[in-house]
Amino acid sequence: MKQEMEIREFPLKDKLIVAFQTQKQTLFANESETLQQTRQEAFNRFVAEGFPRTNQEIWRNTDLTHALSQDYAVELHPQDFKDQKDLLQCNVPHLEAYQMVVANGWFYPKTGKLETLTGGIIVGSLAEAMKLHPELIHTYFDSMTQKSSEGLIALNTAMATDGFFVYIPDGVICEMPLQIVNVMRSQNTEFLNIRNLVIIGKNSSLTLIQCDDSYNHTPGFANVVTEVIVGENSGFEHYKMQNLNNETTLINSIFIHEEANSRVNSMAVSLNGGSIRNNIDIKLDGEGSNANVYGLYLMDKNQHVDNYVHIDHLKPHTTSNELFKGILDDSATAVFNGHVKVWPNAQKIEAFQSNKNLLLTDKALVNTKPFLEIYADDVKCSHGATVGQLDTEAMFYLRSRGISIQSARTLLMYAFADEVIQKIVIEALKVRLEDMVKKRLQGELTICDQCVLHCDHVEKQYSFEIDMTKIGETGKSHC
Amino acid sequence: MLLRIRNLHASVNGKQILKGVNLEVNKGEVHAIMGPNGTGKSTLASVIAGRETFEVTEGEIIYKGKNLSDLSIEERASEGIFLGFQYPVEIPGVSITNFMRTAVNEQRKYRGLDPLPGGEFLRMMEEKKKLVELQTKLTNRSVNEGFSGGEKKKNEIFQMAMLEPTLSILDETDSGLDIDALRIVANGVNNLRSAENATIVITHYQRLLDYIVPDFVHVLFEGRIVKSGGKELALELENKGYEWLKQGTF
Repeated sequence: MKQEMEIREFPLKDKLIVAFQTQKQTLFANESETLQQTRQEAFNRFVAEGFPRTNQEIWRNTDLTHALSQDYAVELHPQDFKDQKDLLQCNVPHLEAYQMVVANGWFYPKTGKLETLTGGIIVGSLAEAMKLHPELIHTYFDSMTQKSSEGLIALNTAMATDGFFVYIPDGVICEMPLQIVNVMRSQNTEFLNIRNLVIIGKNSSLTLIQCDDSYNHTPGFANVVTEVIVGENSGFEHYKMQNLNNETTLINSIFIHEEANSRVNSMAVSLNGGSIRNNIDIKLDGEGSNANVYGLYLMDKNQHVDNYVHIDHLKPHTTSNELFKGILDDSATAVFNGHVKVWPNAQKIEAFQSNKNLLLTDKALVNTKPFLEIYADDVKCSHGATVGQLDTEAMFYLRSRGISIQSARTLLMYAFADEVIQKIVIEALKVRLEDMVKKRLQGELTICDQCVLHCDHVEKQYSFEIDMTKIGETGKSHC
Repeated sequence: MLLRIRNLHASVNGKQILKGVNLEVNKGEVHAIMGPNGTGKSTLASVIAGRETFEVTEGEIIYKGKNLSDLSIEERASEGIFLGFQYPVEIPGVSITNFMRTAVNEQRKYRGLDPLPGGEFLRMMEEKKKLVELQTKLTNRSVNEGFSGGEKKKNEIFQMAMLEPTLSILDETDSGLDIDALRIVANGVNNLRSAENATIVITHYQRLLDYIVPDFVHVLFEGRIVKSGGKELALELENKGYEWLKQGTF
């Protein structure tokens, strides 16, 4: 399309190449040969492919040039935090969860680096799992990502040293949710590769809450990749809560492989962040498997969010449902790309895609592209996208009952967002998120509010607010 | 005098709809405004409520001694003006309970009162729901979403009961109602009548006035009230239809 726009190489790439060579001689030298080979192959793919470019269709509306031009440090070792106890606080009231912390890409143990819980559940550091459970790592690590043509994914496979690891054996229902807090708290501008692996056996279930938080206002780039294997008849609930500073870029890629009759609910709630990209790649690879993918984004200022969802219906009798909603203020921009592919002979498919947006200003922009690619004939699919403003009829109705303009707007925006929030199964999390969304809509949510750390010394000068006075004016959309 | 409308002219998108309406309403009275479609009945209701799509080009509306043009939609509501919608709006995601709690408390705030405690609010809800035989499960649902025509109108009268207005304007409340729902809605309105409030019933048919008996009947035609009388005028209209108005024989 824009071939004359010659691939521009960033100095960052050279820096990463040097870092890889160093790791290869040191940290990676102790890894198994298989793993070393996996890393080398991934590294070669990264060198060939490089970073995403806007002349690639799936990156057309998310330009990482600015983010990739920063002078990032690539740390090869975990930092020593004096106040590790801080890392483990969490303020979701009434939420009982098993918490784990990944700070700047490194797993910080509460007790041991890798714990075995009741029923044989293994949770902890991926780096540790690589040492102690090579059989699981060799089977599953990079099992989905190796087919990806994305440079950033390959880079992550090559470079990522830590993140979280979860293994649920067959027939184990993990009642208590796992909560992973991925916090960026460096004083330096860092480029992080974080890798997570979740293996769920047959007839099992897991609920995972993944929070991405900033601790301060230092810019950063987090390239996070998660692979999830969901076995036959198993369930996986996944909530991603994103509340990052305006200087941070987060590329959150998740690959989910679903076996027969498995169920996945995945939700990404983006409350703040300079630039957020959520890649979700789901393979419905067993009859009767189902995936519900939800997203909510509330962006303002120059924030950018991009949700890219790719679902492959590989087998008959599989279902998928996508619902993404967003409110954009100021010059915020959003992208939704939903790609559903129904493979030949995958009959009796149901697939629905929906993306709805409220734009509060003329400068706010959304690019939405729900897309169905169907090679079977007995399928039920639909897709839709809307871009609009608050309903003036509804505003008049509410005000005619004595409700102020401000409250009426908040009620309507909240109601708009609530459709997604209602999909949350964990009651405590739903209540917490309802509260956070209200605060966000009223301009009262700062990154500290949601950050688990609740530290005293964090800068407070930032406020994130959606300007209520602008609601009702026209916005524009580009489809 | 609760409401005095003088020489009211109003237009929408430059088109003149009301062309000099005069109307006076006292506390304790029920007024019916009748007339053929498209003569400005709903416009009059919307203009009193303060709908911004209409522009008042001449004349004034004085309510409780205040010129309504100085008050916003929500201020008018808090001053006790209630509009029962002909087509109640569906608001997905906002439950009736939350909607009413917000409305009641914002009106209380306007009047300098503290918010109603939760328990008291819920008791009030229970009491008012009975008045219009509104099912409990409906109040947990989103406002008017998926409601039948009858449920929507019951919900309007329920809101009226909750907000205890001084002046209620019911715009075509009878449209889309079967006879049972009509009776329930009318009973609700009658139960809320008092010497301290007034009601303006806008209707196309005489049918509703069998249940809500007006003290005065006005005929609105081509943007003006062309005839006023007692409740017998409604019957006369029912017999003669509106054609005779158009022939100018009144």
